[in-house]
Formats: sequence, C-alpha cells, structure tokens
Amino acid sequence: MASLRVRQILLEVLAFDQPDRTAHGATVWTRLCASAVSAVPITGAGVALMTARGHGGTLASTDGPAAVLEDLQQTLGEGPCLNAFHERRPVLLPDLTEETARWPGFVPGALAAGVAAVFAFPLQIGAIRLGVLDLYRDTPGPLEALQLKEALDYAAAASSILLDLQHATSPGDLHPDLVDAADDHREIHQATGIVTVQASVGLDEALLLLRARAYADGRPLRELAADVVAHRVTFHPEDEHDE
Amino acid sequence: MSREQRLAEVFVELADTLVDDFDVIDLMHTLCERSVELLPADAAGLILADHRGILQVMASTTTEARVLELFALQNDEGPCLDCYSIGQPVVNVGPDEAKQRWPRFHAALTELGFRRTHALPLRLRGQVVGVLNLFCREPATLRPTEVKLAQALCDIATVGLLQERAVRQGQLLAEQLQSALNSRIVLEQAKGILSERAGVTVDEAFTLMRAYARRNQRPLATVAAAVIDGTVEAELLNHGQN
Repeated sequence: MASLRVRQILLEVLAFDQPDRTAHGATVWTRLCASAVSAVPITGAGVALMTARGHGGTLASTDGPAAVLEDLQQTLGEGPCLNAFHERRPVLLPDLTEETARWPGFVPGALAAGVAAVFAFPLQIGAIRLGVLDLYRDTPGPLEALQLKEALDYAAAASSILLDLQHATSPGDLHPDLVDAADDHREIHQATGIVTVQASVGLDEALLLLRARAYADGRPLRELAADVVAHRVTFHPEDEHDE
Repeated sequence: MSREQRLAEVFVELADTLVDDFDVIDLMHTLCERSVELLPADAAGLILADHRGILQVMASTTTEARVLELFALQNDEGPCLDCYSIGQPVVNVGPDEAKQRWPRFHAALTELGFRRTHALPLRLRGQVVGVLNLFCREPATLRPTEVKLAQALCDIATVGLLQERAVRQGQLLAEQLQSALNSRIVLEQAKGILSERAGVTVDEAFTLMRAYARRNQRPLATVAAAVIDGTVEAELLNHGQN
C-alpha cells in the first residue's frame, strides 16, 4: 500500500526542487540522516551498506557519536546494525546499559561516545537486502508507536533509494516517481519473483525492471504486477524487440 | 474421535510447533486450518497490522483471489477493521446490522456466498497486533464456548509471534512484527520464482513449498529462502507430489 509519508520523505531527500542539490558536499544520504533526526526524537543517524560478509561501508552519518558508532561497528564487526541485517528485523535498544553482555566490545564504546539508546532498521524488501539505518539517542527510552512508524517510513524510503542506486549511474538519475517502492501488495512481490526467472536477473533488478516498466507505461505498479502474475505481460529478454 | 479428543490433539500439535526452530507463518496457516475445522466456519484468514496500521493477510485457508480481496477490502470497512480498532471480538453480527455497518463489505461477502463473518483480536497486554477473520456459508452463531476457543487460537498466534526467537526485553513485539511482515514478502517472492521455474500457479507454488517444508521438517521461511537462492530445485519440490 503506497504511503504518502514515504513519498514525502523521498521528495524531501531527493531534493528535486533545489537547483544545486549537491552543494556543500550534501548527498541524498546526508539529507536523509538530517531529515530523520528532525522528524524522530533522536540525536543522530547513519546509513550503512551491508553485504553477506558484514559491514560494507558507511554511506553517511550525522556528526558526533553517530559517526563514531558506525566506525565502531565496522571495526569491531559487532553491533546492533549487524544483528539487524543478519536477523532481518529491527533491533530496538531503548537502554544500551542493559546490552553489554550481547555486544561486549560495541556497548562500552557506544556508551563512552555518549549514546544511550540505539534503534537499527534493516533496509530490505523481502529477500532483497541492502543495508541498515541506525538511529541513536543520547538519553534512554523507547520509541513510542508513532515515532516507530516514522522511523520505519524512513527505513522504507532509504530501502527504496538504495535499491535504485544499485543500478542507476548517479543519484541524479533518480526520480521520485520511480523510487516509490512503498506499495506492498503481494502481487508485486510475486511478480518480482517471476521476472527474476524470466529475465535471468536478481530479485533487486527484477523489481527495478517492474518499476521502470510501470513508470514508462504510466500505470500503477500493482496493476502491471497482476498482469505479470497472470502471464499477460512477460519479461523474457526477446520481448524487448516486440515492443 | 470425539470433539474433545480432537481438540486435545490440535492443542498438542500447536504446542509442539511452539518449540524452537518453528516457522511463524506456517503456524499461522495451521491455525487458520484448525479454526475452520473446529469452528462453524468455511474460510479463515490471519491478519497482522503493519506499522502503518494496514491489515496484511499473513495466512489463509484459501488462495482464491476474490476471498483475499475480502480481507483487503476491510482496510476501509468491515469486522476486521472494527475488531482491530476496539481490540474486542466482533462476532455474531446479524445480516441487517452488518449491511448497515459495512455496506460495501457486506455486499462483497454476500456475493461470494458467505452469510456470516467473525473477527477476533490478536492481543498482547492491551496492544492489538492483528485479527483472525472467519467466513461462514451458513448463518451460524458462535456459542460462547466457541468464541473462547477462537480466542485461544488467536492467543496461540500471538504467543507464536513472540516466541519465534529467544525472548528478550525491549521492544520485542515491534521487532517480531516487522520480521514476520518481511518473511511474508520473502514468501511471495519465492512463490513467484518457483511458479515460473516449475510452470505452476503462484498458489500451487505455495502448496509445493509448504508440503516440502513439512516432509523435510524444515521451516517454511528456510525453504522459501532456498528457493530464492536456488539451493532447492523446482524438481525437488515437485518430487513426492506426483
């Protein structure tokens, strides 16, 4: 189901209305982190790429403890963001002092940097696994329901951008109409699996192909997906010549 | 077998599935199947609300698209939405009242030949996380003991949701919900891949994966992941089916 809020976040961080959106070294990721900090009651945020082997590098983080924490997790090879990625679920830690046993290396370092609570969200769409969004706070306490919803919408927006950046040549190629992956109907995920086999590509590329086709045809993704499931539309490589 | 014996058997089966290394989505499918077996109902669906409050079907006894649409429709109106909002069972609503409360839902329900519907909440300490929705072809009334039984099945689903991993303090329920919702997406992606490889419908693909998971005593999520990364061949899943 498409979410207005995710779209709003995408529009803001992709900054299409700004003439010089790369001024002062700003990237889509620094804007996403800054935007998350202003929308959710947290003090810092970071986005990291993840691979099956572990931390794949920090894309951006806000100044201060957030940067320290990304470095800590990358260096130590342990921490909530790695668990969030491997367990494919958010890791919500309202009080870091209770977590020393779980991450004996990470927790003391994080506490020393002045972090009291960590909320890590996997950036994923089913089996498509991309990275992690880490949110930090300097005071302990849980995220309330609405704050959690907001954080999850930031994670959905980040997943969407990260998916597109895997194949787009530069962030400038991104268009908000193309990156709106918040639609969550089962047929979209089934169609992604079908296109994976038809076009001999990965799940991530299959979803991008579907989104690109829906955008080019000016129709809702869900509608195209239903056609793929019903085999009214196929993505066999030879089809390209027919259309 | 008496009803009591069968009931005992079902609860033993469900308790058995709650030991380590079980699959929450498979448990939800089992709960749906047992609820239509033990209660006067013809179709059942287990629904979880995502973080936006959108009701997502996690498991159901039917894959018929028109019935699945009945669940989706209830994001606008219907007993599921009411049950989720108030956190109380919405059962035994008569046809006149149903027509008045949910005109669009009622029309779709009637068109499919269902004459009664019930919704029971999945609750944990005041928080509602989902709904068990039952559709009945006969205008049957759920007796108080049957409402209790349906609620017990819901409670098992909630416990299952929490028990999927080692219980920790913290915001566990939110973590589990997100995990279950993403597992559902993995399952849909795997259905698509398998259907295309094996030349079957997505619904048949699901049946194949579930049967394979059962035969080999592997969690459904593991089988779905293996289909996606190609470590389980389509032929292997078909084997034993013929």
